[in-house]
Amino acid sequence: MTSDKEAKVADLRSQANKARWHILSTVTSSKAGHIGGPLSATDLLVSLYFSELNIDPADPHKADRDRFILSKGHSAIGLYSVLALRGYFPVEELATFDHAESRLQGHPDMRLTPGVDASTGSLGMGLSIGIGISIAAKKQARDFHTFVIIGDGESQEGQVWEAVQMAPRYKLDNLTAIFDLNGLQQYGWQEGESDRFDRSEPMGHIDLEAVMRGFGWNVISINGNDIDEILTAFDQNRALRDSGKPTAILAHTTKGAGISFTAGTFKWHNGIATDEQLATARAELIEGASK
Amino acid sequence: MKAQRAVWGETLVKLAREDSRVVVLDADLATSTQAVNMANELPESFLEMGIAEANMVGVAMGMTTLGYRPWLSTFGVFLTSRSLDQIRVLVSQTHAPVRVCAAYSGLLNGSAGKTHQDLEDLATMRAMPNMVVLAPADEFELAAMMAWIAEYDGPVYLRVARDAVAPVFDESYEFKPEAVVRIRDGADVTLVSTGVQTSRTLEAAQLLAGEGIEARVVHVPSLKPLDVAGLVSELADAKVVVTVEEHSIIGGLGGLVAEVVADELPGVRVVRHGLADKWSESAPTPYLLEKYGLGPRQVADKVVEVLNGGNEK
Repeated sequence: MTSDKEAKVADLRSQANKARWHILSTVTSSKAGHIGGPLSATDLLVSLYFSELNIDPADPHKADRDRFILSKGHSAIGLYSVLALRGYFPVEELATFDHAESRLQGHPDMRLTPGVDASTGSLGMGLSIGIGISIAAKKQARDFHTFVIIGDGESQEGQVWEAVQMAPRYKLDNLTAIFDLNGLQQYGWQEGESDRFDRSEPMGHIDLEAVMRGFGWNVISINGNDIDEILTAFDQNRALRDSGKPTAILAHTTKGAGISFTAGTFKWHNGIATDEQLATARAELIEGASK
Repeated sequence: MKAQRAVWGETLVKLAREDSRVVVLDADLATSTQAVNMANELPESFLEMGIAEANMVGVAMGMTTLGYRPWLSTFGVFLTSRSLDQIRVLVSQTHAPVRVCAAYSGLLNGSAGKTHQDLEDLATMRAMPNMVVLAPADEFELAAMMAWIAEYDGPVYLRVARDAVAPVFDESYEFKPEAVVRIRDGADVTLVSTGVQTSRTLEAAQLLAGEGIEARVVHVPSLKPLDVAGLVSELADAKVVVTVEEHSIIGGLGGLVAEVVADELPGVRVVRHGLADKWSESAPTPYLLEKYGLGPRQVADKVVEVLNGGNEK
């Protein structure tokens, strides 16, 4: 890694730590919300909003901005935390999450929140919206890119596969689907006779790389909690801009990533931290990170 | 006398020639719905979406964010039932200007049977906040509605029939959103109808006149929004109101009229006539109209029964 890139990765890690702190502390103070999914996607969201996307927080509707759709809309607090850190609205506004009259609804609302390009929440719909935007952009010869983050649990929805088979037909090389493969869903599947608490693997039995190639997509597989790998994947993605195919980034992540007691456990699909847990997270994310 | 679907296909091309925001998204039924006109004449405004209706609704919504005003083309049931969640979350909740066009609506869809007959659409679409719900009586009203829709910046549900009916209006017809339209006067009974059933209901009124019963016929082209005051004024002096629709008697026009009467005209008797909470079947149109009570003769008989104090479902 060049020193420039090292500095950039360090800066993005610092933003990701802050975002994670806002996710845990906001959900805890709102007493409702998801934790594990937003945390698995945090490094992707930070890398998009602080590095990859051509956007202007001062002009959220700028015509040729890159578009981003959080198809796994229940990870809204992850998106809101990153949008706030990026300057779309004050970080203090995160405290209104899920509250009456708030612009920060339980699931993303494009008509309320600055920087939210698509309303989502009912699972499986985001890639279809991304296809519509990408088709329209091609028809109008507009030079921007559309990214969609899709969950692995979400990918059990049939509409995802309607969309996956459609995008290559329209040669949408201006569209990238990032699969956040955190390996857990709210309840999930029992593996054999194991009595381990975490039931697992929404897509565990599927060779997703082969599937996506089979449907006619470019495929890039990475560790989706490693910002260096994410930035490299975005470089590769940009190089595929004229490939005539949409690109799938298969981001292998850890649910609840970045906080010791939430990482890798389905118990933290949603939850509220105790004071002690908040102190632990704060030490890991804010105090420890500043050393 | 022209089939609604033929007029829909022709009018769409005309609108697209005038407005580059108009595109049609087809779920592989273009030759049935007549969206094929667009594929042939303005292929750049025609997008094939395959047999994947949920995705199609999402694609349409995405296109609206770049200024397009997509018209969806498939059988109604695949939109209002199969893609109900997508219409709810992506179209109704976002107020996106997607035109949800239900081809082959209602009971009469070319013998395809109960899987393809959409008899709950007015109930579900009417329950959606933000959704405009339109059911044209004939070819002239359909064309007039489509011209209005082209200028409207929000979600619309448009109920299009497969086949032709005897026209109720003519080329001079002007569509006024919300308004109800009195198409025949009479003091003995008030019939309220919508969509292509209005044509058969009007014929029923003519049969009744031959039997000494003068029926007022009120057509409701827009179930939502609705000119409530206009409907109340049409119904206020009614001896009895019979709603007639090619739809379930639950939640559609009959439900709408019953709600308005309950709120505004307590004391007026309303009888709802339509598909009486049952599934239908594959059969030729005349058979279905007779069996399910929607042909002119059957509607007239129903009215006589109601006036004689009965109401058998």
